[in-house]
Formats: sequence, structure tokens, C-alpha cells
Amino acid sequence: MSNDSKIKIGWFSFSCCEDSTVIMTEVMNDHWREWKKIFDFRHARVLKTKNILDELDIAFVEGAAASEEQEKKIREIREKSKIFVAVGACAVQGLPAGQRNTFTEGQKKEIEFLLARFGALPKVLKLSEVVKVDAEIPGCPIDPNKFLEVVNKLVGEFQK
Amino acid sequence: MHSFDLTIDRMTKVEGSASLEIRVKDNKVEHVHFKITEFKRFFTEAMKGKPLIALPQLLARICGTCSNAHLICSIEACENALGITPSEQTMLLRLLTTYGLMIRDHALHLYLFVLPDIYGKDSFLEFDENKPEEHQLLHDGFEVKAAGNFLATLVAGRSVHAPYPTIGGFFHFPDKSGVEDAVKKLEAIRPAVLRLIEIYKNAPFRFDRKTNFAALVPDKYWFLDGCINTGKGECLPEKHFGEYLERTVLPYSQASAYKHEGESYMVGAMARLNLAKDRLHPRSKNSLGETLDIFPSTNIFHNNLAQAIEILHCVDHSIEILTKHNFEPEPIIKAANREAIGIGVIEAPRGTLYHKVSVGADGLIKEGEVVVPTGQNQINIEEDIWRMVEELIAETPKDKIAFEIEKLIRAYDPCMSCASHFLKVRWS
Repeated sequence: MSNDSKIKIGWFSFSCCEDSTVIMTEVMNDHWREWKKIFDFRHARVLKTKNILDELDIAFVEGAAASEEQEKKIREIREKSKIFVAVGACAVQGLPAGQRNTFTEGQKKEIEFLLARFGALPKVLKLSEVVKVDAEIPGCPIDPNKFLEVVNKLVGEFQK
Repeated sequence: MHSFDLTIDRMTKVEGSASLEIRVKDNKVEHVHFKITEFKRFFTEAMKGKPLIALPQLLARICGTCSNAHLICSIEACENALGITPSEQTMLLRLLTTYGLMIRDHALHLYLFVLPDIYGKDSFLEFDENKPEEHQLLHDGFEVKAAGNFLATLVAGRSVHAPYPTIGGFFHFPDKSGVEDAVKKLEAIRPAVLRLIEIYKNAPFRFDRKTNFAALVPDKYWFLDGCINTGKGECLPEKHFGEYLERTVLPYSQASAYKHEGESYMVGAMARLNLAKDRLHPRSKNSLGETLDIFPSTNIFHNNLAQAIEILHCVDHSIEILTKHNFEPEPIIKAANREAIGIGVIEAPRGTLYHKVSVGADGLIKEGEVVVPTGQNQINIEEDIWRMVEELIAETPKDKIAFEIEKLIRAYDPCMSCASHFLKVRWS
């Protein structure tokens, strides 16, 4: 199958522990032959250096938005993707990446100089607070079977 | 004479987010900034006021790929605070959990991140199934990773944020058929691991710079106990490791960096083999033969070879443990809350990991500290890059320098997710 007829995939990570990336690479142990045939990994920093963000069929996005720059990037991914999937607890619920949102005033004071120094948002945002999300795979970590279920459903839709 | 700025915005094929900024003026390097750009998630602030029992699972979330290392290290710190001594079986199950992690994590790094550099590809998935050697490596890579994943899942419930290990023991015990399957899978990947070792033994990359090495040298269990050998004739007890670390603030990085006695040092697989290769499993040593003579080494790219060798050790020792021991259900060891400080030190895939927790008599956490391997390697990485760029400037195009630097950083297998949890730093 030529790259033109493959499903264009993007895999993106924002503020999180990247456990969904690890689960994805573990699911790949059993599915790499099939994925190699049907997916064009256009943008996946964990897998390759030459990444292209032009037009994606499916964007899988893990992590929450911790800065304006991340928010901007998430919006760009949304604009360039037909389907936008939030993957993992930080993407879907904003936690635990956004645990600082729940801090007491005293704790917030402790960390405010660091937020200012690195241009962090005052509140960490889950992805649905930034863009329209088409599908969610919750979990910390995600359930590999649930992930596969969503992947297979979307692949089925693109192959219709 | 060359003058240029070189910026790599976001490194690829590493864990998490890092960038690099280098300034060269008249063939002289003016600065090297290896920046860890992951946003802080403030774990050591978030842990305050939480019950001790919940801490290991919280701190596992510092990092996806190293999660089981944080889990085991935090459990050790909590047990030390409570005065709990784990059973022999618990220690073996923790060791198997760690071996599963090492096999999976080192394999991810060696096959998916580094191998494309050796074969001139952009991605492991670009390896050609029609070429026998590349076909073999594709199958090897995913089978080795899968075997590590299977072992961790059997023993700990999951290879990421494992649910079975807890303070005082395990919630679940491996069944006989699972153990037999694990032995078969581990035995089956052994030839692939030996092929991997040959590749990294013969890999064409080399960069030597004399530095210091530190690692927890095993007393009985590789990665889990022993004293911290600094390579300077001293072997520190775990509880003194915190005093050894000198925190160095790099204002451009989200992570804290560390020195010892004013000097940078390196932790990780190469440090472990440089300091303790004689402790490897006898079957591994027998298969490795003269390959082990390469260590001690000062060639940073031998960190890749050291990781491949560690996969073999983990496979061989796991097979021995799984075939010699019957695992029976055991009650969780419990202890009353008390005011105390507990310290845990283990070897995570990328090097020495340190957790410290201070708990009150009410069982609630007062404060804590976590020091990760990548923070300890950060200054050493910068000093290596500095030297490498100075060696290359005169005759190497800028793009090629950038590629060489990426390869060098990748050899350290840095983990930015780990490095950017919250540490209490103050900027002047």
C-alpha cells in the first residue's frame, strides 16, 4: 500500500507522564505488521525524527495543556485532523498533570514563581477545555483493549 | 572560523520533551544548554498531606515508562519509614517486576530509538521486511519488548503503573501456567538479545570523555539493594545518598541537575557495568565472554551495549528465579503509623533513583523528595556535548553536528517526564 492510501496518523504528547505512549508501543508488539501496512505515521516524535503536521486523518493526543504554547499547538492539531482523540487521564480529565489546580492557597504560593518563570497557564486544562474532542480513551494508564477498540472502529470508518 | 547558533527545538526518539541550544563563536563553544522542557507537574508538593499508603501509586505517575521503578522505590521509602522488612518472596517479586521493566524499557530504547541511527533510517518501522537482517530485527524488537511486558504483567499486574506491588508485599501472586509461559517467552528471546549485543558491540559510534560514574552496586538483588559506589573508593549506604548530591540550578531547564564534589557524573547501565560487571548472572557472563572486557569504558555509546547486556542478565536471572521458586500467597506486612523519615534507593533503567519521605504520626505525609537519573546526568550530557562540538566544529557541517549531538543524547536514554516533576528550587 502506498503512503497516499494509508490512514494518516499523528501521535502527540503534552503535559503528562506519557504512559499512553508506552501502552501504544506495547500494543504495537502484536499489531505492528498490520499498522505498518495501513498507517502512515506522519507525526510521532517517539517513533521518528522527520515529522510532518499537514493533514491528519486521526490525531491521538495524550496529556493536558500546561502553557499557552501547548494550547496553540493543540488547536493547530485540531485544525489539521479529521478525528481528534484524547488519550489517557491527563488528556480526558486533566489529572494528575493538573494536580496543581487542586492545591491550597499556601501550596499555590509555593509554586507561583515557577509558573511565572516558564510561562505556565494559571490552570492546567484538559483537552476538551481547549478544542472539540471526537473520542476519549480514559484511564491512568489506558486499557490496551479499549485503545484497540477505538483504533479499530476508526480504521473501519476510514476504510469504508 | 565558524560562528553559529544551533537549536534543536524538540528532540525525537527520547522519553518526553527536551531541547538544545548551542552558541559557537569563532570556533569556540560559548554555551551549551540542554533544556528539559516538560512542564512541572509538582508531585512533591502534591504528596503533602496525603496518606502514606497512597504515595507509591501517586509517584508512579511521575513517569509512564519508569513508573514501576518509581513504584518500587517509593514502596521501599515508605517501608523504611514504617520499619517494615519485606519477605524474601516479596523481594523476588519486586526484582522480577524490575526485570520486566528493564527488558521492556531498554528494548524500546535500543530497537525503536537508537537502531534507526545505526541503519540510516528515520524510524524502526521503516525497516524493510524483505531484507533478511531488517526483517529479523523488526521481529526481534517487538518480541523482546513483549516478553518484558509479559513478565511485568504476570508479576505486577501491568507493565505501567502496576497494581499488585504495595507497601508490605503483593496483592496478587503469579500462577504456575503464567510462570511456565514467561520462562518459555524469555528463553525464546535469548538468541535475539545475543544478536542485539553483537550489533551494539560492533556499532560504529564512539565518543570518549573521562567522567565519574555512580551506581547502586548489588549486595544480593541487582538493581534493588547494595551500597552506592561512586567509583572513588567509597560505597555509601542508601540513607546517605541524599548528602552526596549537590543540587545545581540550571535556570533554563525545568529540571534540577546534580554534581558530586563539584564534578559531574554519570548514572545508568554503563555506570552499573563499569562498577559491577562481575555481579552479572553466571549464564550471561558465560555467553558474553570477552565482550565484558569492554567495561569499564569511557565511550558513552557503550551505554547502549550495557543496556543490551542488562537485558540478557534480566532474562537469565528471571528464568532462574521463575524455575526455582514456587510463589505462594502471603499476607501483606502491616505496621502502625509513626513519625519517621524513610529513604528508598534503587537502580531504575536510566540510573540511580532516590525517594525520601517524611511522615507524621497520623500517617500523613509532611514532605518528600525525588531525585531521578536524568537530573543526575544532565550536567554530564552538557559537558559531553561541549567537547563533541569543539571536536567537530572545524570540519563538520552544522546539520551533521546536530545529528551527532542527537545520537549522543540518545545514548544516555534521558527521561524528561521523570526529570520535570517538582523539586523545590529557588532562582536567584
